[in-house]
Amino acid sequence: MAPVPQRIPAADNLAGATHVHRFHMMTTLATSRHAGRTLWQNIGLPVLAIAAALCAGALLLAATGFNVVAAYSALWQGIFGNPRNIAEAMLRATPLILVGTGIAIAFRCGIWNIGAEGQFYMGAAAGAFIGLRFGNLPPLLAIGLALLAGVVAGGAWAGLAGWLKVRLGLNEVVTTIMLNYIAIGIVSYLVTGPWQEAAHYNPQTDEIAAALVLPRLWPPARVHAGFLIALIVPLLASILLFRTPWGYALRAVGLNPQAAKHAGINVNRQYVLAMWLSGGAAGLAGAIEIFGVIGRLYENISPGYGFTGIAVSLLANNNPLGTIVSGLLFGALTTGSEMMQLTAKIPSSMTFILQGLIVVFLVAFRALSSRSGNR
Amino acid sequence: MDILITVQALLQATVRMATPLTFTAVGETYGERAGVVNIGLEGLMLIGSIAAYAVAYFSGSVPLGILAAAITAGVFGLCFGFITITLRANQIITGAALNLIGLGVSSYFYRAMFATVTDRAIQPLQPIQLPVLSSIPLIGPVLFDQNWLVYAALLLAPLAGFVLNKTALGLSLRAVGEHPKATATAGLSVLGLRYGAVVFGAMMAGIGGAFLSVAYANQFVENMVAGRGFVALAIVVFGRWRPMGALWASLLFGFFFALQLRLQTQNLAIPYQFFQVLPYVATIVAMILLRGQSAQPKALGVPYTERA
Repeated sequence: MAPVPQRIPAADNLAGATHVHRFHMMTTLATSRHAGRTLWQNIGLPVLAIAAALCAGALLLAATGFNVVAAYSALWQGIFGNPRNIAEAMLRATPLILVGTGIAIAFRCGIWNIGAEGQFYMGAAAGAFIGLRFGNLPPLLAIGLALLAGVVAGGAWAGLAGWLKVRLGLNEVVTTIMLNYIAIGIVSYLVTGPWQEAAHYNPQTDEIAAALVLPRLWPPARVHAGFLIALIVPLLASILLFRTPWGYALRAVGLNPQAAKHAGINVNRQYVLAMWLSGGAAGLAGAIEIFGVIGRLYENISPGYGFTGIAVSLLANNNPLGTIVSGLLFGALTTGSEMMQLTAKIPSSMTFILQGLIVVFLVAFRALSSRSGNR
Repeated sequence: MDILITVQALLQATVRMATPLTFTAVGETYGERAGVVNIGLEGLMLIGSIAAYAVAYFSGSVPLGILAAAITAGVFGLCFGFITITLRANQIITGAALNLIGLGVSSYFYRAMFATVTDRAIQPLQPIQLPVLSSIPLIGPVLFDQNWLVYAALLLAPLAGFVLNKTALGLSLRAVGEHPKATATAGLSVLGLRYGAVVFGAMMAGIGGAFLSVAYANQFVENMVAGRGFVALAIVVFGRWRPMGALWASLLFGFFFALQLRLQTQNLAIPYQFFQVLPYVATIVAMILLRGQSAQPKALGVPYTERA
């Protein structure tokens, strides 16, 4: 987690706001922060939520006739039993951290991006396009271009929803959900139509050149250089959000769009910008998934990363750096659940239950804690 | 004659495909009119489909399964209501978590209960031909030769519309979604009305999901709802927060789904994915055309608190 995640940037950084309104906005932001409660909010409550989710999971396991001790020791083994398992968790965490970071940016701006799934697909498609068409470029250049294409495609897809919101007043929850299905349809069309593999057998593209595959960090473990990107992007996002005037304006809109408007911030521009950044991160995740793990584009490339990313972001209190921790936790839960399935015969869908329960307990605890704080 | 049979089969499939959407969207219309948005419909539908299937399989009674689906989803809806209405947590995030839980719980119980079962098929709901009406050409087979859950959905929408628009209860529900404070001042229970609408919505989503596993198909398949919960969410908007609007929008989406399934097997110049995404594009276009005259409840998504 960030050392001082929600610190207000120094007043001289606030180039975006006029002098008159700066003071007013500072107090708005400052009163929303309960000094000394940050640590409890960001670490204490999540730990409590995880514990509560594991307890509820234990009840479920016991009620359905499984041995709880055997199950949870398998979960533990699956996470920490072998260094390679940790590397695998890092692999699984990579798209979740990136998607989660993107969602954190949007939610901080108060715009509900439920469309990370579609943005992931668009990014993956754009990345695959570069990988397939420009595979003869020097690998570093081709990979760089592909990841950039992923960012742009994902960003544009989200930016479209942002534009529809500010220009035409369309509810972004609905448009982003619709755009998810449209993106999935586009990818489905591409891999059965113009981009289908030369053999025309499966609904998928050809494989990208081996030289373009992201290098593995510790072979034979599958975790690849994309994980490093998943460490850098949250750091950049965190600096942007908490240390720059742009991030300040973005968060001001999220806290109170009316006040932000009065302070001279262009609220609509912030919404669109937040969506671009948010979708860009999800699109990057899609492109990295192609170049790091899958090696080609096909239908259903995402097992719901865009939706799990919402939980990852929330668990991190919409803090980009925190998504590294929550993404790793969710990645570890996935590998751990697979071990539970392997050795204790527990359905691996336990992952989703635990992830969902963690979020439910966390929102409930946060709501309770802010209620008691208001009194 | 060939054309007529094709059209008839297409429209029959349209009505069938619209049924789970109608239940879910009409239920969610009530929830949203009362001011609570539940994006966890997908999860609730999945819970409904596994509950209905499991109970129908082990008891041998499909109606009992549908009842179980409504009750189970209703309990989950109650939990959703507790967190969002009583604790006033964010509705979008809680709904997103509900989707994860629904996906997990439905697959978990399916695998835990049916791991050793080989013959997993049940006897699904059968069509009931309504006398006289079903012999009308075209309309008869399309509307009056379906199973009773389809009839229930077709009746639910006008009934729900009547209650919402013409009764005191409906007036209170609408008021809670527009001006909760005024409603409370008038002596009505804001929390009670919202709980009622949310639990009703969840039960309808459960029945919508149940339709998929015990009427449309004859067994549960993991993740069988396949995005219909999210589509229902769009239908509520498309239908302008009216139960009858939700019915028409469901039929439109049902038509595109049915068309797309048929075209998938044909060799057409237009790729079938075009029809697959058409309803989603249409939703956005409709939202653009209808913009400005927003019918969205004013207090949608805003938790109610008695304190100022």
